[in-house]
Parts: sequence; C-alpha cells; structure tokens
Amino acid sequence: MTAIANTLVVITISVGVLFSVVTMIGILRLPDVYTRAHAASKSTTFGVLSILLGVFLHYWLNEGFFSVQLLLGIVFLFITSPIGGHLMGRAAYISGVEKSELTIGDELEEVVAEAKRRAER
Amino acid sequence: MKTNDVILQTTTKVVFFIIFLFSIHIFFAGHYTPGGGFVGGLLTTGALLLLLLAFDLKTVRKALPFNFLIVVALGLLIALLTSAWPMLFNEPFLTHAFGDYDLPFLGESSLHTATLFDLGVYLVVVGAGMTMIQTIGGDT
Repeated sequence: MTAIANTLVVITISVGVLFSVVTMIGILRLPDVYTRAHAASKSTTFGVLSILLGVFLHYWLNEGFFSVQLLLGIVFLFITSPIGGHLMGRAAYISGVEKSELTIGDELEEVVAEAKRRAER
Repeated sequence: MKTNDVILQTTTKVVFFIIFLFSIHIFFAGHYTPGGGFVGGLLTTGALLLLLLAFDLKTVRKALPFNFLIVVALGLLIALLTSAWPMLFNEPFLTHAFGDYDLPFLGESSLHTATLFDLGVYLVVVGAGMTMIQTIGGDT
C-alpha cells in the first residue's frame, strides 16, 4: 500500500516539477507576450495542480489526513490561473504590445480598432 | 473605451464565494491551526476587493450598503466588551473562559470567549481595509 502511494506521489510531483521547468523555458525562449502568456498560464496551471495533487495524496495515503484545503486550492487555481493569463493577454493587446513577426492571422485587430474608434467619437 | 469583461465578472461570481468561505474557515480554525481574525479579515477584504475590481464601486456599495467605519467601531466595541465582561465577576481584564459543550448538530466542541475577541479583530480588519480601499478608490 505504501509502495503504491509513494509511487503515485512521486509521479504526480515529478510531472508537476517537469511542467514548471517547461514553463520557465517557455517564458525565456518564446518570442512575444502572447506566446509567453500561453506558456505561463497553461503549463504552470497543470504543473502546480499536479504538485498539489501529489501533496494531497501524500497527506491522505501516508499520513491519513484528508486535506480539503488542498482540494479547494486545486479547484481555485484551476479556475483563476487561466483567467489571469487571459486578462494579462487582453490588457497587453489593448494597450498595443507588439506581436511577434511570426504571427500569421489576427482576427481581434479589426474589433479592437473599431472599439477604439468608437470610443474616440 | 467600453470593455467587455464577461469572463472576469462571471469567474468573480464563483471565486468570490470560494474566497469568502475560506476566510470564514480560516477565522474559525484560528484556535488550533494557523489562522485567526486578522488573516480571515484580510481574506474577506481580498474577496470584496475582487468584487470591486470586477464590478465598480457603485455596484459594490449597493450590494453591501454599510458604512465600513461603523464596522470598525462595532469590532472595537465587541473586543472591548468581551475583555471587560470578566471584570463583572471579579476577574482581571481580558480573562477568557472556555468549556466543552455538546452541541446538537456539531457534536462535542470547545467554545472559547477568545473567538468573540477574534470576531472583533475580524470586523476591525475588514472595516479598516474596506474604508481605505473605498476612500482611495472613490471620487469623494
């Protein structure tokens, strides 16, 4: 029983740490704000969720303590972290941060330009 | 520029309750685990601040129509009363009492008058935080 529990814990925490490292590499390597926000908001969310799940499993299976706070933290981060990424990307776009030269399509451009023109009127 | 913040407002409606419940939990857990009136009050202020960020000051004022200065005064009053109460029974100021009671739904739980003092701290922190934020954020 402890062997299975420990394997689960080690796997989940390792996956979490791996994803956090991937996030860091992504933030350092990717060309512009939007791709960095993409890297940061997605894989950190998964990484942190995985680490929290590992900690939760450790306390539940090895220590016999069912921590509701960790579950609540998982749900909370799962809801809020993508919203944070979304808001940062939106704020960057509306305040006119440069896109990378590799960008092909931009469907938001007309909408935001139209809204800005209407605001000036 | 008129912004479209449906995503922020919808998540705020869900997340507010999670933060608020967690702040209540932190407040009541303070006696045996880390937490207490101060952190609970700050978390509640954080939840209200999230509402202020997603909606505007006027909407939040309409939803919570109290003057937060009165909340501060109420908290101080509760703290003062719970600390002065033992003086009626020839005990020193700030003496606290506790006991184990068999409550109908909660089972055996220990009730402590320090919780009431903590309630005062909680109300003072929420009131002071919200007063500061509303004063700095508002026009008047």
